[in-house]
Amino acid sequence: MKAAVIVFPGLNRDRDMIAALTKIGGSKPAIVWHQDADIPDADLIVIPGGFSYGDYLRCGAIAARSPIMDKLRERAAQGVKVLGVCNGFQILIEAGLLPGALMRNMSLKFVCREVKLEVVNADTDFTRGYAKGQIIRCPVAHHDGNYFADAETLKRIEGEGRVAFRYAEGTNPNGSINDIAGIFNENKNVLGLMPHPENLIEAAHGGEDGRALFAAALQQVA
Amino acid sequence: MTLRNDIAITPDLVASHGLKPDEYQKILDLIGREPTYTELGIFSAMWNEHCSYKSSKKWLRTLPTKGPRVIQGPGENAGVVDIGDGQAVVFKMESHNHPSFIEPYQGAATGVGGILRDVFTMGARPVAAMNALRFGAPDHEKTRHLVSGVVAGVGGYGNSFGVPTVGGEVEFDARYNGNILVNAFAAGLADTDKIFYSKAEGVGLPVVYLGAKTGRDGVGGATMASAEFGDDIEEKRPTVQVGDPFTEKRLLEACLELMATGAVIAIQDMGAAGLTCSAVEMGAKGDLGIELDLDKVPVREERMTAYEMMLSESQERMLMVLHPEKEAEARAVFEKWELDFATVGKTTDDLRFRVLWQGEEVANLPIKELGDEAPEYDRPWTEPVIPAALDRSDVPQMDVAEALLALIGGHHCSSRRWVYEQYDTLIQGNSMQRPGGDAGVIRVEGAETKGLAFTSDVNPRYCEANPFEGGKQAVAEAWRNLTATGAEPLAATDNLNFGNPERPEIMGQFVKAVEGIGEACRVLEFPIVSGNVSLYNETNGRGILPTPTIGGVGLLPEWNRSVGIGFVAENQPILLIGGPAERGMHLGQSIYLRDLFDRRDGDAPHVDLAAEKKTGDFVRKLIRSGVVTACHDLSDGGLGVALAEMAITGGIGASVTDVEGNDPILTFFGEDQGRYLVTLNLDPQGEEIAALWKEAEALGIFAPWIGTTGSNALTLGAATSIPVATLTAAYENWFPSYMNG
Repeated sequence: MKAAVIVFPGLNRDRDMIAALTKIGGSKPAIVWHQDADIPDADLIVIPGGFSYGDYLRCGAIAARSPIMDKLRERAAQGVKVLGVCNGFQILIEAGLLPGALMRNMSLKFVCREVKLEVVNADTDFTRGYAKGQIIRCPVAHHDGNYFADAETLKRIEGEGRVAFRYAEGTNPNGSINDIAGIFNENKNVLGLMPHPENLIEAAHGGEDGRALFAAALQQVA
Repeated sequence: MTLRNDIAITPDLVASHGLKPDEYQKILDLIGREPTYTELGIFSAMWNEHCSYKSSKKWLRTLPTKGPRVIQGPGENAGVVDIGDGQAVVFKMESHNHPSFIEPYQGAATGVGGILRDVFTMGARPVAAMNALRFGAPDHEKTRHLVSGVVAGVGGYGNSFGVPTVGGEVEFDARYNGNILVNAFAAGLADTDKIFYSKAEGVGLPVVYLGAKTGRDGVGGATMASAEFGDDIEEKRPTVQVGDPFTEKRLLEACLELMATGAVIAIQDMGAAGLTCSAVEMGAKGDLGIELDLDKVPVREERMTAYEMMLSESQERMLMVLHPEKEAEARAVFEKWELDFATVGKTTDDLRFRVLWQGEEVANLPIKELGDEAPEYDRPWTEPVIPAALDRSDVPQMDVAEALLALIGGHHCSSRRWVYEQYDTLIQGNSMQRPGGDAGVIRVEGAETKGLAFTSDVNPRYCEANPFEGGKQAVAEAWRNLTATGAEPLAATDNLNFGNPERPEIMGQFVKAVEGIGEACRVLEFPIVSGNVSLYNETNGRGILPTPTIGGVGLLPEWNRSVGIGFVAENQPILLIGGPAERGMHLGQSIYLRDLFDRRDGDAPHVDLAAEKKTGDFVRKLIRSGVVTACHDLSDGGLGVALAEMAITGGIGASVTDVEGNDPILTFFGEDQGRYLVTLNLDPQGEEIAALWKEAEALGIFAPWIGTTGSNALTLGAATSIPVATLTAAYENWFPSYMNG
């Protein structure tokens, strides 16, 4: 089982993500610099969180147009699992790998706190470690996580079981439509989410609720 | 020597550079001729209060700065302290007060950027940040705007850079109406054998400029920060720099990568007075001259003059002296991160600071004297007048439950959640205790169980009433907050914020506060390893409360033995450890008097340092033995507020009964020092607790069992019980409703 982490300048949760993948997967993921010609052979490709290119333009917009993203698109089309967390989610949306948009939080402020997530679809390679309807704890830390999609798109992703996680128990921190915290692509091999499961994977973090996501994503042998 | 000079030097020009006539005479005597305009700018940058510490130096020298663990004390970009296993913690606190008042977002953001740069300049990866913020009265017209801008600026920079904010302070007082305080702290981790310093070594070596391009922002910023504010303050906005955390993050990664190659001989970040200060410091420390060719400096604005380039405070820039044979390797690292890399000068053996611009020499000054011969003042000072102690009979009465709710729901004691939720408190995945407790705790990467604790403290009310005791108290409280997590206090950084030192009564506050800080640091074996002085915090002649902020760092051998402030279980005995036997007798300068009765009278509480040390050592030992389930020190608002915070944080109530015979106001709201509340996982009738009491008694430490955790309400003696939910609502409500109001 091989994982790779794509790093753009300005990302800053790459170390957290690499630590989580290493602790759960047992080996260090390959680190792919945005200027590298290609992505090494991997079963899971992750874009971690941060502020790529400072997010001075729309969050993720510049990274999404980086040449390495063409390689990522090819892999995703081949069925390789792709995970984008926080800025990674924003980049996947800007790259057109996931539908919708992530707007500024409704409060207009950065928010870092723990929220509750409902596992909406537990029948995927990312979420099979959870039970459908299970409520898990997870931290968030973002300024632009207010998910939006037009009515038609929303109807489609809801209907196709493409909502992965929903903010639960009134903890929606950003005003996301339908409390959406994370979504899949059509084939459910691409997952983007705003919360940071990589920051809740060991007792030292005060909980291990994020662990099952990585355990599942890292489980399948290529 | 003929140097190019385009602007005539007049007395008005000299004065507008913040140089006094006698200081200008000193320049004439030193160089034997009239300075050029560029040179005048360089002198003004090097000799202002902010860079030269000319009013404070004499007193700073009295502070204890050494200790068995201290690797580097004051004088470098940050202090360095050994934490064992070949690792060191590198930290400093620095003010960005004046810029933050003028332009809150950018002022605060660049304050955070500057302190982070100080830390990674030394080769350390930043792992924790804190911010001590002080604003004017909540009802002052500017306060909301300033709170909103400063907090957004701190978050905007730190969150993007990627460092967790683990603690800090937010306080309101009308005395900061015209001068807010933004004191930014950062700490990083490095290997003890891979610390980088600013002292240049070797002649003829390349001086390399790295990072962002130079613009006109911040020209004269350090001089601005060395003057009082008047009504013309809005005109000073152009002296505030603009921050770019994206560049800073790349600069961090590039610097650490470059340092790993072995190419770096010396490094200095460009902070206050930018290129001038960094070049002079590297040369002067290494007994070398420096020659700079400004035509090589990467600029982002056209037609910049030598003067502007030398005084620009554009952010995210570094100056290094590199091994010439590694220059290509170094350049490759910076190109990878898409940062500017330019050889802008060389080290020389003539001890001159020479600046070339458009092919001509515009400055040629003696480099050592620029730093060492800066004026130093022994400013006149007067002994502060200490107010009489509050008369024991003069205790304004109020219902205890009502008073507690008013305090916990007021601007001073309420939750700071509105603030710290705008900061990324958990990035890096090592935050073991986040803001809201006594100290932030992180675990140390690369070590099995080691942790570090961080706190920031000062009580300006106490410092105003009694600067000596207030100085002591600031150190003691920082030491106490670290102890309350189970950490061993290692060392501290001081950020001394005062008014105009040319006024003897302000200088008196400074002198006595530093004396108090020094005494406390000596007794508590808590040396000062870095710091910063911010004077002239006055607007239209009215000074701030004296505010010597202390940033403390502690070491936890086992972070999983660290405890928080929240009650963790029902039916656990609560012990009040330390303080005088009559406990809770000091109401002078208390929050109870100030916030509920608008009184600022009485002396500040005195700190018995020997008792402080003895008590703290006892509490730390208890925590490390594993019998303590929660610990909280008593500070503003005394026993009542501390109990409420423990109940709110844990979501569990408590009943405190053992208060007979005392005035309940004194008992619950007195601010006597050196006290901790602990809850224990011991049977209050059992042998273990009896042994604990015996040990405390033998040490002369008062440790009575005052109550028990449990139920969903807090009951203080005979007062009406308050549901924890009511307390929590009051505690959490003040800040958001104020900011929305």
